[in-house]
Amino acid sequence: MESSTYRLKAAFFMACLIPLAWLAIQKGFGGLGANPIEKMIRFLGDWSLYLLLGTLALTPMHRLFHLSWPTKIRRMIGLFSFFYVCLHVTGYLAIDQFFDWHEIRRDIIKRPFITVGFVCFLLLIPLAVTSTNKMQRRMRRRWKQLHYFVYPIAIGAVIHFWWMVKKDITRPAFYAMVLALLLGLRIYWALTRIKVGVTETAVHEKAVRRG
Amino acid sequence: MMIKKADEIKGREITEKSTYLNRRQFIAAGAVLGAGLLLPGVFVGEVAGPKIPGVRPSPFGTKEERTPYKDVTGYNNYYEFGTDKEDPAANAGRFRIRPWTVRIDGAVKKSREYDIDQLIKMSPLEERVYRMRCVEGWSMVIPWVGFPLQSLIKAVEPSSQAKYVEFTTLLNPDQMPGQRRRVLDWPYVEGLRLDEAMHPLTLLAVGLYGEVLPNQNGAPLRLVVPWKYGFKGIKGIVRIRFVEHQPVTAWIKAAPNEYGFYSNVNPDVDHPRWSQRKERRIGEFFKRETLMFNGYADQVGHLYAGMDLRKYF
Repeated sequence: MESSTYRLKAAFFMACLIPLAWLAIQKGFGGLGANPIEKMIRFLGDWSLYLLLGTLALTPMHRLFHLSWPTKIRRMIGLFSFFYVCLHVTGYLAIDQFFDWHEIRRDIIKRPFITVGFVCFLLLIPLAVTSTNKMQRRMRRRWKQLHYFVYPIAIGAVIHFWWMVKKDITRPAFYAMVLALLLGLRIYWALTRIKVGVTETAVHEKAVRRG
Repeated sequence: MMIKKADEIKGREITEKSTYLNRRQFIAAGAVLGAGLLLPGVFVGEVAGPKIPGVRPSPFGTKEERTPYKDVTGYNNYYEFGTDKEDPAANAGRFRIRPWTVRIDGAVKKSREYDIDQLIKMSPLEERVYRMRCVEGWSMVIPWVGFPLQSLIKAVEPSSQAKYVEFTTLLNPDQMPGQRRRVLDWPYVEGLRLDEAMHPLTLLAVGLYGEVLPNQNGAPLRLVVPWKYGFKGIKGIVRIRFVEHQPVTAWIKAAPNEYGFYSNVNPDVDHPRWSQRKERRIGEFFKRETLMFNGYADQVGHLYAGMDLRKYF
């Protein structure tokens, strides 16, 4: 790996650990308030979502601003999102519910926001597992198809947040807008590419007829 | 009516206020040394209010460990000051609670406007240590200072049309920044059936921990109904109206499928989006089982005899 790429990755690696360090420091100083468990789990959930949306923002950044570095850290940011999701889920299972499996099962079945969140977590696992170069090579076309799942997962993550909120939906609504923008760009690009494809075919056909 | 008396609190089980204040000062000093100025606002709500004189202890109390003053006053819901649970402590500091009047009207003989200090003097103040269960799944034990709503109701003599009591919070977006956004249909409105309002456990609170109620906890006057979810305990009350029909509360308007008029603590009736079977007592690690009527079933169960509590949630 080139040393500049290495430095870029190292910098983002450290940056992705800052929220976790902040959490640990706050915990140490009692800065998490009266209900530290709730605060901790929500904080981890927040950062899972930020990093997931961040991952989805990298490709548009690359395309719109012709930057190369966003694509180099995309996998890492995606994996960090998964890392925070794992901590978020562990926090829920181990600290919030304290392995009360009966209650956890009920929660997953009965609470739509937990159902959605849990499904998103499960869907993220194959993406994380197949994130290596080797898997990417081995799966070829399938790899891309599998990793398109990140879009429904991101939608599910925002829904999970939205349905959890008691009344004030300002924050989930904001992230829904960000996600809509990121997905909208992709849809726009996909449509224009199809159009380009159609014209190319038309040109080709014309050429064939003329020939 | 026979009201069961909770066991006496043993003297040795009560931590002297000065002791835990000292403990807090010690921890606070350490935290300041360690964190410096990184955490502004952490100690908001630590300033103790003026002591209320002449408060009698009440037999209707629990002996459970009290939630620390800092948590009671630093973590609560009061949407008029913001929707995060740290917002009330951060934003209610400059809220003006004098002059303050409470209008009592509707189906009542002595319909009039009361000055808050006059109202408070009408009944002797008691200290009542109640459990408080929030609909969100957390709970506290709070030593309130107040007087039974019952004594006020008797004094104003409701007429035979009075079947329900409707309470209204102050509407003042200048002073209550949360009201500038329509999170709820302001002003906040709550209600009780007249027999619930007349129940000896139902309290109008003016203080906690022996001190004048901090603004963020609903000063100068709030309702405490310990067997119902916390949001029934309306804060900053400016109007008490006696009505014939069931009031439409702020939360019913906001989400009628999630919040009912009764809102009794009930582990068997889930909130549509989360279970109510357990709760986290603030300061504890393990969740505890939520009790029917928040543990006040012996005292209040008869009010709901024969009612389908799934329908009237």
